[in-house]
Amino acid sequence: MVPLGGGGGLMRADSLTATIDGLDETLAAVDAFDLALEAGLLRPRPDRAEGLTGLAHAVAGTPLAARVAEAAGKAVAGAATEDHFLALAAARAALLGSAHDALTARVEEATGRPRGEESAPAHGERQAANLHTAARSWLCDLARRGWRGIDHDVVAGAARIVSAMLADPALRRPATLLDGFAAELAASCPGASLARVPARRWADLWTRAMLLTLPGASGTPTAETATGRLLPLGVDLQEHATAVQAQVHAVFEPADGSAPRLVRASVSAPKPDTVVGAGLWQLLRPHMSLLTALGEGRSMDLADMPLAGGDLIWSDEHARPGEPADPFATARVALATAADPATAPLDRHPARIAVPVFLEGYTVRKDDGALTFTVAGHPLAVDADRVPAAGPLTPQAIAGSAACIGLLRWDAGAYRVQPLAVETIVRKKAVAVHAGAWAGGTADKAGVRAEKAATDALAALRERAGRLLRK
Amino acid sequence: MSDWERSSTARVTAPARPRKLAKVPFVELADGRLQGVVSSGSDIGRVYVSSVAAGSYTFACSTNNNRPCGGARGAFCNHIRALIGEAVLQYGAERVARCLKAETEAAAPDGEPTAQSITAVMSAARPPQGDTAAAAPVFSRFLRHLAYLELAPSTEPLPEMQWFPSAGAAA
Ligand SMILES: [Zn+2]
Repeated sequence: MVPLGGGGGLMRADSLTATIDGLDETLAAVDAFDLALEAGLLRPRPDRAEGLTGLAHAVAGTPLAARVAEAAGKAVAGAATEDHFLALAAARAALLGSAHDALTARVEEATGRPRGEESAPAHGERQAANLHTAARSWLCDLARRGWRGIDHDVVAGAARIVSAMLADPALRRPATLLDGFAAELAASCPGASLARVPARRWADLWTRAMLLTLPGASGTPTAETATGRLLPLGVDLQEHATAVQAQVHAVFEPADGSAPRLVRASVSAPKPDTVVGAGLWQLLRPHMSLLTALGEGRSMDLADMPLAGGDLIWSDEHARPGEPADPFATARVALATAADPATAPLDRHPARIAVPVFLEGYTVRKDDGALTFTVAGHPLAVDADRVPAAGPLTPQAIAGSAACIGLLRWDAGAYRVQPLAVETIVRKKAVAVHAGAWAGGTADKAGVRAEKAATDALAALRERAGRLLRK
Repeated sequence: MSDWERSSTARVTAPARPRKLAKVPFVELADGRLQGVVSSGSDIGRVYVSSVAAGSYTFACSTNNNRPCGGARGAFCNHIRALIGEAVLQYGAERVARCLKAETEAAAPDGEPTAQSITAVMSAARPPQGDTAAAAPVFSRFLRHLAYLELAPSTEPLPEMQWFPSAGAAA
């Protein structure tokens, strides 16, 4: 196979449509366990025995085998304790970890890019044993009741734990996860009257929260430092009711002439649920100058910026604005040779796959509002829903595009691409539209209106906070 | 299992829609009620905690210092009317009507529910006035909500946010 189009960072789509040996069986074991968790493990569940023992069978021959077999037996009997739930969570995470590895190997074939080295494991995380214990006990309660058995009382148990965790910046990861998860469960109560349950999703969040409460789980890898040129490709925005994170994907060219690599720079903030749209950029903007550089189409020069695995730990002191840099030029020229970072062990999960790719020469199909790119005869679903509201990139612009910088992802059984930017041809000239165009502010008419509304909303909340919080 | 059930990023709740916050800074559909906080029009330091219960439409309104609202005697006060209006802006009329169990079809057979029709249906049921026991917890939830603004942003990555994609097109 030759890479499509012969140039730049183009992608080989055929690797993404071929079947992966063992993937269906692995996911079937996950699904069966997820259905058991939906029903709850408080009482003996002979009807769900298969889902529980199936999980144990799927990890037979791994170091987890004995513990998971015991845990599955106890869970079938309705007698599982916290340690048993932890063993089941570990088994589920291991299965999805292996799915992640197989899916990522295909992505590497498709992009043809080198893989970076693994960074040293995490160390030295501060303990918060009491809060971790409280969180785990809440999660075990959920597992016993099952998603069908949740009510307002059990879900409300998370509020106190989340408040205490949010007060400690070292616990931001579990706090943010539990907060988003609990809000979703609260909005779905009572579980008994739900028409359908997002079984994979809630089991994912439950599993991840269980593992994050283990000592050392949420430590960041040992950091090196980065000095050189940073060429942004685009920004991915993530949000739940009370948190937002922007992740800029970029090519980093080390000043020492060593090989270029793909990196991410993240900035996140807790938020009231009424801060949305342009308000999200306003919260994040003051804390990462890279968002402004991205909006202006500039590179940045880094000096001794901490870098942990593929994640820059951003600090404005270590960065200054550089030369103009067009993300499409970066995607065409620099992306193909940049190494993808290795994934941290706990992050091995299909939902965590977000690999920058460049697509060109595709055709666009639209069925029932869903977009599909056909790349060299292979269909690739377009995840236009993930594009942030406060920005100029619309489904219409994506539908009319001729080139696309995106994040390759995998969910619900298929690869898909999340557009970060597209090029459309207007009167024979290429015009770029970026999802993150408003990240640093905007002069766009609709953008200015959204910014003004968001400024007023934030000001109103800050005024109320100033008057009422410190009484 | 459907694709939705087998999706790690299945959408479960719709994000709040943008609205002006000066008059009604806090609204929530929780504990079987529509409840929230309404700023006083005359005293900048005073807020009203207002609520309407689902199904019975039992209503309550009092200040954050637990003084009863003069307007909420026997019928919805202006604070409760404002609360319903802003809840409709934030969550959409359909969701508010569903949560409150307000059957607006009878009032407007082919129309979508509106803040007006929801308010009208509930008022017509001559709802009882409830006690203000819920006011203190709602007010403290509002303070907790405001306190999110005081928490420092961070540039350490949060890998878990991959499960919470931006709700873009839905907003
Ligand atoms: Zn009132």
